[in-house]
Amino acid sequence: MTTITTEPTPIARRSAPAVNGAKLFNRLCAVCLTLFALIWLVPFVWALITSLRSDGSITQNPTSPFAGGWSLHAYSYAWDNYPIGTWYLNSLVISTLAVVFTVAFCSMAGFALAFLRYRGRAVVMALIAAGLMLPSEALVLPQFIEYRSFHLLGTFWALILPSVAAPVSVFVFQAFFRGIPTPLIEAARIDGASWWRVYATVCMPICRPALSTVAILTFITSWNSFLWPLLVLNQTKSQTIPVGLASLVNNTNIQYAEVMASSVLGFLPLIAVFLVFQRQIVQGIATTGIK
Amino acid sequence: MTTVVSTRPAPAASTAAPPADRPPRSERRAGALLTAPFLVIYLLFLIGPLLVGVVLSFFNTTTVKSGLGDFVGLANYREVVTDSLFWDAMWHSVVFTLLTTPPLVILALVVAILAARMRRGRVFYRIAFFAPYVVPSSVVALIFLWMYTPQIGLLPKLFGAVGLPVPDFIGSTSGGWTAVTLMTLWWTFGFNFVLYTAAIQDVPPDVYEAAAIDGASPWQQIRHITVPLLGRTTSLVLILQILASLKVFDQIYLLLAGGPNQSTRPVIEYIYDTGFTSYRGGYGAAATMVYFVVIVAVSAAWYGLRRRRAGSTAV
Repeated sequence: MTTITTEPTPIARRSAPAVNGAKLFNRLCAVCLTLFALIWLVPFVWALITSLRSDGSITQNPTSPFAGGWSLHAYSYAWDNYPIGTWYLNSLVISTLAVVFTVAFCSMAGFALAFLRYRGRAVVMALIAAGLMLPSEALVLPQFIEYRSFHLLGTFWALILPSVAAPVSVFVFQAFFRGIPTPLIEAARIDGASWWRVYATVCMPICRPALSTVAILTFITSWNSFLWPLLVLNQTKSQTIPVGLASLVNNTNIQYAEVMASSVLGFLPLIAVFLVFQRQIVQGIATTGIK
Repeated sequence: MTTVVSTRPAPAASTAAPPADRPPRSERRAGALLTAPFLVIYLLFLIGPLLVGVVLSFFNTTTVKSGLGDFVGLANYREVVTDSLFWDAMWHSVVFTLLTTPPLVILALVVAILAARMRRGRVFYRIAFFAPYVVPSSVVALIFLWMYTPQIGLLPKLFGAVGLPVPDFIGSTSGGWTAVTLMTLWWTFGFNFVLYTAAIQDVPPDVYEAAAIDGASPWQQIRHITVPLLGRTTSLVLILQILASLKVFDQIYLLLAGGPNQSTRPVIEYIYDTGFTSYRGGYGAAATMVYFVVIVAVSAAWYGLRRRRAGSTAV
């Protein structure tokens, strides 16, 4: 494994006499942990390196990354031969619409459940709590037949609607809204604001953290979902990135560089999104446990 | 994927119940109107499939043309429970759960504890461990398939260099399980790591300070403070992991296609095959319902256990 030769550096060189057990322990931990983290990066690095090489030199010298020189040839090949651009566009449109509808509908429901008293509120609460336990992805087959009878197969709606129906988003919004002090709402009401205005102009601006949690997690889940789009979108042109790239898995493919170039194109945008929003994403996962 | 439990205490309910009389009409109307869009979609597309599944399981529906087909009573169920291929597939899902759950929980706990002790580099660890989780499963499969390639892949080379026998990662059953387990470990490890890290940060620092003043070594602090305080989180991580592992499809389908000879085919792929290769929708729905009951039973058992545990500690 040639990629992990970095020395674990952050060890202090000035040897103070007070190197006691605790300090030694911490250093040992740091070394182990850093090594472990570097191992975790190997698949990314390996994919990237492979994608820059030529197939001939990969088969001859598989483990020496610099043999044969580097080029971007595999990327242009992958881009020309697979409709990666179209897949991207599909994924982007589907995930964005899923986010927009999920945020809009689920925040409205969350607001109503948190502040308003109306008939059926208790029933809706119970339904949502029950829905949280429902393993919906186990139900793909009946789901498929239901969507077919609605003539939704092959449309983007088929991929957007399941995201919107996820009770967890309502749950997140409702929990956040309940943290908003009621006097604020009452004050707005006394000023003559309608409930819609209270929702749209008072509460939504406050709930930015909940909004970003739901938006980011919905986006990632929708972008990455595999089985459902595989069943629903059956034309190559209308496929999403994960399903489209999965078609490369089956072709006993020996064009290693080209396949890895496609993989890099497949993970790069998500890694970019992740690097920008990593704090929010991690916080969102930690508070909701969405899996 | 949505198995959800709030991992942190939700902010205390501040909605003090206003006067108990009937709320004004405008409030009732606003409530109904704001809930309606979500509720309609929720009932149609989340509860709907469940009901459709129950109904279909009593008919010999096919997936190629619309229409219910004939009523067959319990025949589908009788066939499912006597089909050894179905139980094989159930067993494969359980095997996958048994293989992936212990390393994913224990390793995440250990690494999270170590990472929480570090003053520097926390963002780096978070990025390194969590980044794979945001990558689509098919991309992960492509990368690992390349790393598993016989003769020239990174992992066979590495096994060879260390002197270990190189398993046939894709062509044999045991090698296949190794391949799927390693890939799953890499892909989903970050999720549990993040849950544990958040829980560790909730432990008040003065507990450690007190322990350090009393002369507790780091190892003793971990052993007697951190691990016991993480009990609730461990139970949460464990159930989320078990439920997620029981629902495995992507990794096994992409890497092995359930092979060799269906010896690793998980139950979701079995349902997929009956529904979309043999086109037996009614039968597939019956298999879905049996599997569904198992999953719900597992999570209900966990909720019950947790509630009883919480009740007994409160007393």
